[in-house]
Amino acid sequence: MKTLEELKVVRDSMKGEVALRTKDGNASSKYERHVLVCGGTGCTSSGSPKIIEELEKQFAEKGLTDKVQIVKTGCFGLCERGPIMIVYPEGSFYSRVKVEEIPRIVDEHLIGGNPVKEFLYEETVVGDEIKSLDDTSFYKKQHRVALRNCGVINPENINEYIGRDGYEALGKVLTTMTPEDVIQTILDSGLRGRGGGGFPTGMKWKLARNIVPNADQKYVCCNADEGDPGAFMDRSVLEGDPHVVLEAMTIAGYAIGASQGYIYVRAEYPIAVERLNIAIKQAREAGMLGKNIFGTDFCFDIDLRLGAGAFVCGEETALMTSIEGNRGEPRPRPPFPAEKGLFQKPTILNNVETYANIPQIILNGAQWFASMGTEKSKGTKVFALGGKIKNTGLVEVPMGTTLREVIEEIGGGIPNGKKFKAAQTGGPSGGCIDPSNFDIPIDYDNLIGIGSMMGSGGLIVMDEDNCMVDIAKFFLEFTVDESCGKCTPCRIGTKRMWEILDKITKGKGTLEDLDKLEELAYHIKANSLCGLGQTAPNPVLSTLRCFRDEYIAHVVDKKCPAGVCKDLLSFEIEKDKCIGCGMCAKQCPASAITRTDYIAPGKKLAAMEIDKTKCVKCGACIATCKFKAIIKK
Amino acid sequence: MNSAKSTVPFKGTPEQEAELLKVIEEKKNDKGSLMPILQKAQEIYGYLPIEVQAIISDNTGIPLEKIYGVVTFYAQFSLYPKGEYTISVCLGTACYVKGSGDIYNKLQEKLGIGGGECTPDGKFSLDACRCIGACGLAPVLTVNEDVYGRLTVDDVDKIIEKYA
Repeated sequence: MKTLEELKVVRDSMKGEVALRTKDGNASSKYERHVLVCGGTGCTSSGSPKIIEELEKQFAEKGLTDKVQIVKTGCFGLCERGPIMIVYPEGSFYSRVKVEEIPRIVDEHLIGGNPVKEFLYEETVVGDEIKSLDDTSFYKKQHRVALRNCGVINPENINEYIGRDGYEALGKVLTTMTPEDVIQTILDSGLRGRGGGGFPTGMKWKLARNIVPNADQKYVCCNADEGDPGAFMDRSVLEGDPHVVLEAMTIAGYAIGASQGYIYVRAEYPIAVERLNIAIKQAREAGMLGKNIFGTDFCFDIDLRLGAGAFVCGEETALMTSIEGNRGEPRPRPPFPAEKGLFQKPTILNNVETYANIPQIILNGAQWFASMGTEKSKGTKVFALGGKIKNTGLVEVPMGTTLREVIEEIGGGIPNGKKFKAAQTGGPSGGCIDPSNFDIPIDYDNLIGIGSMMGSGGLIVMDEDNCMVDIAKFFLEFTVDESCGKCTPCRIGTKRMWEILDKITKGKGTLEDLDKLEELAYHIKANSLCGLGQTAPNPVLSTLRCFRDEYIAHVVDKKCPAGVCKDLLSFEIEKDKCIGCGMCAKQCPASAITRTDYIAPGKKLAAMEIDKTKCVKCGACIATCKFKAIIKK
Repeated sequence: MNSAKSTVPFKGTPEQEAELLKVIEEKKNDKGSLMPILQKAQEIYGYLPIEVQAIISDNTGIPLEKIYGVVTFYAQFSLYPKGEYTISVCLGTACYVKGSGDIYNKLQEKLGIGGGECTPDGKFSLDACRCIGACGLAPVLTVNEDVYGRLTVDDVDKIIEKYA
């Protein structure tokens, strides 16, 4: 395929096939049905490969191979309910599918035409009706731009991507737009970097195009080193729609005048790496990468570089140092990468999700994109919802959606009747949002205003059982581990902060320690070389601001209100509730539980008691007591 | 990283060395090829002892001290051999708030080793890892390629038994 016409032929032949899986209409497939099985990391971990195996076996036995197509897709988003399987054209959503359920689904649904209601996602079954997936609370408020192909196409088949207008934006750019037009379109769209910083993407491109006249070589890089613990947006795009990243990077190459791109991806994402390799190979074969793309003078190629488990490499200068084959230490800026980046050449670096928006902006226009979102934050944002929330998974919502909508409506609220305590955004660089800010529209500036940040999109929900001092200590432990060691404020400062927090969680903290923490935090923020150090104290500062009471409880009352910090807990048996069964004593690893001679009214056996000097506070007794007679306080 | 020399004697074979030399030959003229070479080398040998680093240095001209610097910088590179079964407990935020810290502690206690160590019989090594992305299954651990999710502390014994 070398020309735009040839691309259109492939697109038209595939369009009807993939349209069967959407509401776009005009579906015309050579199969009666498509069975989509999620092949993302979440569902693969919960067993989707075995589902596909069983489907293939059943199809071969029952002669369905020519009638029903099995499509292994990327992430559908509702990871909590994995493995997920959707049957089109009905759109029946089977969740937590088990291998044993497959024969019935094949017989009754794929052959008989009747969806097996009892295996469907409960929320889609209302009496006799089966609701569309888009009407469920998890999907209703979502708006998919960056994720539009995830869970729709087979990411290992370039033709399916083309069937969803893939590579058309690249064709349009190369044949009808100048590089300046492209940059202007991105500027007008208002797209800002989705990796966390929120720098206007068009501005970055413009600088890289103009700052060094007549540069002999420039580079386009993609930051796929998604290191925030609990964030998996970029991974899902790479796994579900790798071509969109290749297409967007090629467009960026044309815009700034680069001929080589690098994707720096975490080695911990084996599925993403594999699919990227396949996609790059297919794109080269199809002429979408390589020399004279679409018959123009423009040449561009992309190579993969694997990270090796260093969080700091998500920082732009560290990432480039790492691609160069060095220890991934950040460099001082200026010079900025637009001037001297990778191998000292002008370079742009954008995040995966940022790239995933580009082809749609080119095809639909800057105005279309700018019509979504808030005044200063346009478009949508993907969040990885995790922690204490019912619907763990990936959601994409327009900027300006409130936290309440995301957590309560889309996320389904907090499980087990517990109370919401805080949401954490921005990972180790971000902060906590307390319930008082629940109704603030989420965008870059509002989150910074309330002392958190957008970050790359991790959104971890915490309930009343999470201790905020412990969470702050957890994040500090992470940054202590991941500090590259190059500059002193970060290397030593974060360690000292961790030590103070450790002291507090052990009940040895003082009120002065809180002041020291704050003072140290501001020093580290002001004096660290790179973004990692400058933001490392944020989790402490934000928890100190929103949950100071909890710190005070640790320091003054020597209590952990959430019951997490072991050194501050004591376990006690409420003797009037104890029936004296003795199960707790059997479980106790420290032999700290013995029988008393007190028999509670109405009970037959004498109550038990815990010897606090022997107790190791492991909690095994609480877990075994069926009568809730053991309390920790 | 406390010493450059592993206590386990290096047992590299000529076949492994031939494979490594082939990789070096293929990649050494690419820009910034050290990381990809180290990643392949670790695939071939399972770890990167000083002997392997020396082979890479001799054949690429990159100083050994620079190679050592890179190897010790990245968490993924190991100077020591791994156990037959590598257990990784996810300590990403989503898993942590659901109690993976307790599971990690229980494994250390059960196996009698700390994080990053290997049992004396070479059977198990234990690591904490950052988010593997299966947050829907939190808390999660992996044993080699197998993933175990929605764990409680009580599941630890059963999992270890499976491999013991």
